[in-house]
Amino acid sequence: MAHAVTIDSVSKMFKLARDKPKSAKERVIRAGRIDWEEFHALSDVSFDVDTGETLAMLGHNGSGKSTLLKCVAGTLRPTSGTITTRGRLAALLELGAGFHPDLTGRENVYLNGSILGFSKVQVDAIFDDVVEFAELHEFIDQQVKHFSSGMYARLGFAVAINVEPDILLVDEVLSVGDEAFQRKCIDRIRRMQRDGRTILVVSHATDTVRQICDRAVVLDHGRKIADGPPGESIRTFREALAARGVEVPLDAEEADHAPPVAIDPDTGQVPIVVSTETRPADPTATVKIRHVIPDYPDPEAGHLLPGQPLRLRIGYAATGLIDDVAFALEIFDERGTRLMGTTTDVLEQYIHAVDGEGEVVFAFEQVPLLDGRFPLTVAIHSHDGGTIYDEREFEDAIAVMNPGRTRGTVHFPAKIEHIFDF
Amino acid sequence: MTATAPAQPDLDDLPRTPTDDIVPALEVSRRPNPLQRLANVWRYRELLGNLTRKELKVKYKNSVLGFVWTLLNPALYLVVFSVVFAEVLRVQVPYYAIFFLSGLLVWNFFSTSLGSGTGSITMNAQLVQKVWFPREILPLAAIGAAIVHFFLQTTVLIAALVLFRRTPSLDYLPALPLAVIVLLILAAALAIALSAINVYLRDTEHLLELALLAWFWLSAIVYPYRLVAERLGPGREWWASLNPIIPIVLTFQRVLYNPRAVNMGWYINQPSDGSGSGTDPANRIADVQAPALIAHPLGWYISRLSVVGVVAVALFFGALWLFGRLEDDMAEEI
Repeated sequence: MAHAVTIDSVSKMFKLARDKPKSAKERVIRAGRIDWEEFHALSDVSFDVDTGETLAMLGHNGSGKSTLLKCVAGTLRPTSGTITTRGRLAALLELGAGFHPDLTGRENVYLNGSILGFSKVQVDAIFDDVVEFAELHEFIDQQVKHFSSGMYARLGFAVAINVEPDILLVDEVLSVGDEAFQRKCIDRIRRMQRDGRTILVVSHATDTVRQICDRAVVLDHGRKIADGPPGESIRTFREALAARGVEVPLDAEEADHAPPVAIDPDTGQVPIVVSTETRPADPTATVKIRHVIPDYPDPEAGHLLPGQPLRLRIGYAATGLIDDVAFALEIFDERGTRLMGTTTDVLEQYIHAVDGEGEVVFAFEQVPLLDGRFPLTVAIHSHDGGTIYDEREFEDAIAVMNPGRTRGTVHFPAKIEHIFDF
Repeated sequence: MTATAPAQPDLDDLPRTPTDDIVPALEVSRRPNPLQRLANVWRYRELLGNLTRKELKVKYKNSVLGFVWTLLNPALYLVVFSVVFAEVLRVQVPYYAIFFLSGLLVWNFFSTSLGSGTGSITMNAQLVQKVWFPREILPLAAIGAAIVHFFLQTTVLIAALVLFRRTPSLDYLPALPLAVIVLLILAAALAIALSAINVYLRDTEHLLELALLAWFWLSAIVYPYRLVAERLGPGREWWASLNPIIPIVLTFQRVLYNPRAVNMGWYINQPSDGSGSGTDPANRIADVQAPALIAHPLGWYISRLSVVGVVAVALFFGALWLFGRLEDDMAEEI
């Protein structure tokens, strides 16, 4: 397969003056007496990106990942080495595209379109999609200097993806905007992936990298130190960070090996955990599921109405202190198709330890099921899944009763609109 | 038993990748030579148009009078200089207003091009840092905007020509397009070079202001070239053309101002018969041929312009080369 981007032994050196002369006067006065310091932002970095591949570049601040992305985008030129790209390229470097603050959103869309090689007619064709995606209908004719940073980023992203680039470069952009917009961006990136577009992402968010990337390259002080599947690269990245004494942010999968202390989502506090230092975990201890109780909003009814909230209480009894523990829940339909499966680790709401009796509650804001009996499987296992302490398959269920006449399994709240022109 | 991560999209029924082999590879890391730079600018000509429009829009956004300012500038210059030079200092130039406007037109274009061109990269930092496009387009767009102003200001001159019932010289007309082209290339060369230098040395802008002020007074716009030529003497007259703007200004003056033999007798000499009727054929003094300019044939203008043109083209390519070198770190330095 053709490489969409080829990066061949690229180095980038900046000459930094210790005390930079910013004016001609200073430069003349101090000619020849400037302390130049060479800063190697990139040293001999090589890798290829296949067409249709999504590649992440990971690295600490100052590792050169953004510099490399700028070199690929063409806004910086490497000191040595070659970079070759195939196809139209759109870049979102450092929060959003280049907009002119004095122009309106509309004018900026057209200007950006033409920078990305679109003619006016072509921009006309995508204009509505851009506005729609950016959700800026009311604001599109205002000067962008009045935009919030979120609106700015949304418009930038909307332009970049709607010009349908063959290669999309994204620098930390996925971390802006509200959650809904981020989800929309991820969806759109998935669609671009399906269309065979090539995507280069620079990100700190290892979750996002794991979620959307096929491959990850790790840069450390301008050198490539890893190139492989996201999981492996993320590990190398973490090790590199740890080696430099940086606090290591952990996420779900990493927790398989080292459970972190998470903040309680309800109280915002670090939960009080029985310290494992004073009370060592009991390796022989085991834990059983005592009960699984769906707490229906209407306790009399014994069932749930579509869209209602639900608290699913899982009672346990442990014979000793266990600190390597996670709770898993799966919901099936009556034919045995799994509708949902998650664990406390996947949800990043860790159970730090169990001892004696207690309850773990899966609280759902609303259950989007329509009608029927939905069997559950509940398990308690170690973080890596290697030890299953207890499991209850299909013994419990939640019941949903549909008061309406819509058929099916899933609750889609719908309103009817009738737009007519007789 | 663990729940799984979100499923990967089904990869089987992918549409064909759009980029396979069809698209030529582009080596983004290579520094294009001046000719390739020009080719890039040509490919992005639509952007050039858009940026020029943007330049005009932004300049007069939030201003009430908008383009009227463009016209007020030469009009005000005209009034002030006419009063000072024609009335107070009594510079011997008939139709001083038209003489002055012809040169001012050139100068205004040149100084606006350089002024806004020099700041064009730093003013558009947002664009330069975020996206790739041939960056020369920014100073060129500044020149594009200056061209629009140039044409607007021409209307002032045309109005003055109509008002004073003067016609341009058809004999010298062929030199005018050449002068315009040379002026364009010269302005583009300097604007491109200065815009890149200004990224690294920000006081280029301030230095330029002073330089332009001196240059203006050295360019035979407010005083007649004849004075310069007489001072230098015939052997050294060519020294004046070391200022590349002078041949261009002279061409504009020669064609548009079109100095003709004028009968100045009617106001220099009172009629001898005391009738006060204005003109007296008896008192008529000899026609003064082109008092503001030295009488030179068309060839003289063409040759001077050609020399300046060759220099301008060389400067232009030099500027593109320099721009290419300075462009490497522009996004960081800006």
